[in-house]
Amino acid sequence: MKFRSLALAAAIASVGLSAAVVSPSAHAQAKEQFFPVLVYRTGAYGPNGTPWANGYVDYLKLVNAKGGINGVKISFEECEFAYATDRGVECYERLKGKGATVFQPLSTGVTFALTEKAPVDKIPLVTAGYGRSESQNGAVFDWNFPLLGTYWVGADVAIQHLGKQYGGLDKLKGKKIALVYHDSPYGKEPIPLLQERAKMHGFTLQLLPVAHPGVEQKATWLQIRRERPDNVLLWGWGVMNSTSLKEAQATGYPREKMLGIWWAGAEPDVKDVGMGAKGYSAITLQHGAEPNSKVVKDMLAMVHAKGQGTGPKDEVGSVLYMRGLISAMVAVEGVRKAQERYGKGKVMTGEQTRWGLENLNLDDKALADLGFAGVLRPIQTSCTDHMGSPWARIHTWDGAKWNFSSDWYQADQKVLRPMVMSASTRYAEEKKITPRTPEQCKQ
Amino acid sequence: MGFFVETLIGGLMAGMLYSLVALGFVLIFKASGVFNFAQGAMVLFAALAMARFSEWANIALGGDSLFLANLIAFLGAGVVMFIVAWIIERLVLRNLVNQEGATLLMATLGIAYVLEGVGQTIFGGQIYTIDVGMPKDPVIMFESLFEGGIMINKEDFIAALIAAVLVGVLTLFFQKTPTGRALRAVADDHQAAQSIGIPLNRTWVIVWCVAGIVALVAGIIWGSKLGVQFSLATVALRALPVVILGGLTSVPGAIIGGLIIGVGEKLSEVYLGPYVGGGIEIWFAYALALVFLLFRPQGLFGEKIINRV
Amino acid sequence: MIYRENGQFKTTYAADQQIFTIAQDKWFVLGLIAFAFIGVPMLADEYMFRAILIPFLILSLAALGVNLLVGYCGQITLGAGAFMAIGAYAAYNFMIRVDGVPLVAALLLGGATTAALGIIFGIPSLRVRGLYLAVATLAAQFFCDWAFLRLGWFTNYSPSGSVSISNLSAFGWAIDSPVEKYLFCLLFLVAFAFFAKNLTRASIGRQWMAIRDMDVAAEVIGIRPMWAKLSAFAVSSFFIGVAGALWGFVHLGSWEPAAFSVDRSFQLLFMVIIGGLGSIMGSFFGAAFIVIMPIFLNQALPALGSLFGIAISTAGVAHAEFIIFGSLIVFFLIVEPHGLARLWAIAKEKLRLWPFPH
Repeated sequence: MKFRSLALAAAIASVGLSAAVVSPSAHAQAKEQFFPVLVYRTGAYGPNGTPWANGYVDYLKLVNAKGGINGVKISFEECEFAYATDRGVECYERLKGKGATVFQPLSTGVTFALTEKAPVDKIPLVTAGYGRSESQNGAVFDWNFPLLGTYWVGADVAIQHLGKQYGGLDKLKGKKIALVYHDSPYGKEPIPLLQERAKMHGFTLQLLPVAHPGVEQKATWLQIRRERPDNVLLWGWGVMNSTSLKEAQATGYPREKMLGIWWAGAEPDVKDVGMGAKGYSAITLQHGAEPNSKVVKDMLAMVHAKGQGTGPKDEVGSVLYMRGLISAMVAVEGVRKAQERYGKGKVMTGEQTRWGLENLNLDDKALADLGFAGVLRPIQTSCTDHMGSPWARIHTWDGAKWNFSSDWYQADQKVLRPMVMSASTRYAEEKKITPRTPEQCKQ
Repeated sequence: MGFFVETLIGGLMAGMLYSLVALGFVLIFKASGVFNFAQGAMVLFAALAMARFSEWANIALGGDSLFLANLIAFLGAGVVMFIVAWIIERLVLRNLVNQEGATLLMATLGIAYVLEGVGQTIFGGQIYTIDVGMPKDPVIMFESLFEGGIMINKEDFIAALIAAVLVGVLTLFFQKTPTGRALRAVADDHQAAQSIGIPLNRTWVIVWCVAGIVALVAGIIWGSKLGVQFSLATVALRALPVVILGGLTSVPGAIIGGLIIGVGEKLSEVYLGPYVGGGIEIWFAYALALVFLLFRPQGLFGEKIINRV
Repeated sequence: MIYRENGQFKTTYAADQQIFTIAQDKWFVLGLIAFAFIGVPMLADEYMFRAILIPFLILSLAALGVNLLVGYCGQITLGAGAFMAIGAYAAYNFMIRVDGVPLVAALLLGGATTAALGIIFGIPSLRVRGLYLAVATLAAQFFCDWAFLRLGWFTNYSPSGSVSISNLSAFGWAIDSPVEKYLFCLLFLVAFAFFAKNLTRASIGRQWMAIRDMDVAAEVIGIRPMWAKLSAFAVSSFFIGVAGALWGFVHLGSWEPAAFSVDRSFQLLFMVIIGGLGSIMGSFFGAAFIVIMPIFLNQALPALGSLFGIAISTAGVAHAEFIIFGSLIVFFLIVEPHGLARLWAIAKEKLRLWPFPH
């Protein structure tokens, strides 16, 4: 009896299993622009991944509420991967069969894995504010779009900001700057640029890796207490950020001297620390917390007021929420641009969207129409520049909210460009890719 | 010199925190022979319960008294941990009596998954705060003795004190109370204990419940330090070398082991780390435990393993 | 009825020593292999290959290796993820540093390197046993995590610490489509499975099992524990190393140490215990269960929810997945502590008598 019921259960399970597992490719939507949404709402990085995902999905809903992309409605599906690379790849494989427009994995590890796969499947990979820095060179990385900024931009702006505080980049000579970073491709990404800058300006760079997930940093901060670096750059993600700030408080390191990357400058990172993080600054990916922007007001009126909001209402406009929202916006605008060339009111394929993303031109007026006035600077991409905008500014936590505390900085192309070119050339040689020529770019 | 002392003290206090988690492992292994990999998940679960109860109680009380809210939350979380212990005994342990160690270990991993899922479903998966009024700023002492003084983290110091008190209470509980004696009897020999009328099942509930309370205390201390979120479950991995170094069956071993590991990993990270690129403390703790194991395969204070043919 | 074995007489020693002494078994396994080589490529689509079948094959191979160590030799290891990493990085280094190394050779050399290091990491097993050993093997895990992150040489000084391999080809056969990758992994798996099966039937496998059952007694009857344990570590590491190299080269294409984290080690141990300790078949069952179940739950739960008109949030699904997965593990351990392979054996037993059980 026991055996029989077990066998029955197994049979039912296996039938259901094969049905569910085989199904994804079966139903591809025909008339809707499909956006796969890779998210992590659970796991060690869930608290940071959730607002991003909510913003991303909310924006897609907002576009639908406004009538779609020239009439084409957007459909989307979330896939949870808990920041694990292999689960992310599985999600990619699952969702790409449904006619994916763009992928935005919000994980440097998954970006590295997908960089190999995207060209084969002809799906663009938008990595707004993360991913491989050298993928800015679109001639080699046809399918990668690190829009709005790469880590090298972030690192460059960080050094410029510190230099400005000391009264000029030449004053950095002899200073000691510590980089506390997440020990992963994400955290290592800025190191080459910082080393380059250290050589240029004569400051010493101290590298302090923190192992995943970053809850144990006592030794790191003891070293900081001993070495007393003039500044600490924080390159963390998730719980590592708040732990760093708490340890800084516990070892008495002044928070005013700490500067985070844009992934270490959001509400989940500091809220828990509260007043203990007062004075801590972070680079922003252009935008900060934007509760007063037009797009947020639209969002509240057109999506949340109708009870269709994805997350809680008070989260709308927070830093990571805005990051998700902007990531969705650039992807949607890529599709809109592609429609200009391939036919308005049609569903764009990944390949067509790629052209749209590569020829993106969002000037002040276009941004204002979308409700991003004062949030973003113009974005213009090209074949050789898949980033579109090298600008960033700094915001500071006052114990309750983030406030902008600096002017705009522009990453120095004289430093950045040679590094991008040499790294991408190296990649091209390794992978036997022939970079596109300017003529090919025009197609 | 001052810095060395500082690192030493930091290591000792970190070690006490590891001991708190390690204690949970030891208690359960002693009484039921189960190597409980779910201890980390229990810490997370208890901390989540505590954080949310205190938040809710605070709202219900109108935000008047944080102390009262925390007290209610502590009691509430204690009851939750008791229920968890009871369910685990009922549904899992009772059905797995006399199975091999590896099977039991896997079962606790299964429990860990369930606890993580249930905890986050009920209490939410974001970052929550436990505010028990721990001081956050450091104090500098002995400034006359060493240059720059010795910095002591008050929060860690209090946490270490609490851990020490908890160990004292547990030792008394095991040595002096009838229940404690019954637990020790079960630990020594299941069958003999049963034959003199000690109910096995109830004993297991009690010991899992005690481990749950230990997890709660660990959860409060770690949670107040780090914020309550998913990564709290990973502190268990930091406590494992402590457990095997001290011996799986020894309460004092968990403490001594914790101190050795804490000091060892902090000193290694600070003095050795910079030469090899840093980030060595995790594996160094394990390697240190391994070195001790090569000399005493049952841990420093573990019961001697006797092989009979 | 189906499994009736009367009438199958063995008249030679060779016949008596076959892998599958019962004709039905033999034909079933041969049929299964034929189906895997011919039928599956015709039926499955790209998603099946890339997301399910290839991971399943590679992790089966790794589980096989873990099973040799844990199931046959009784040495619990939580460092399997580290051995996969060693295999992957070693193969990578052979590939880029030695000119003209063929792919298969690089993979096998990766395995061989892992075997050598496996012996070193296995040395504590001579002194430490049981759960203490399990935790001690975590030292290997965390050390490898660290080494591949921190020591630039292993990653060819890649600035991000992530390495990648592309344009795979073996014997003039370019392995780029999912079907080809699947077949490539399948070839490895079938070869290694037969190798493992024969090892366990040979004297070395019997030595391992003697050590597992009672090492002192085994020593008394003349088995050298050092040789037996270390050889188990070496062979098992070889399997896991090759699996790791395949995981990196064929499945991921580009990877970082996080792909072989401690979670992977736990996952592999899960596979062999759920599948069945000391059973080659069990490794496959376990791998199938652990690979497919989370993906299945992830897709089935929202569908199930919509049947009843409930929209489950993504986080809710993930949490429910945790709960159900954990409960299933506990459930299987309670129902059958010897794993799915034991259930399989019971099923065979029943089929012998079916449809007349009395």
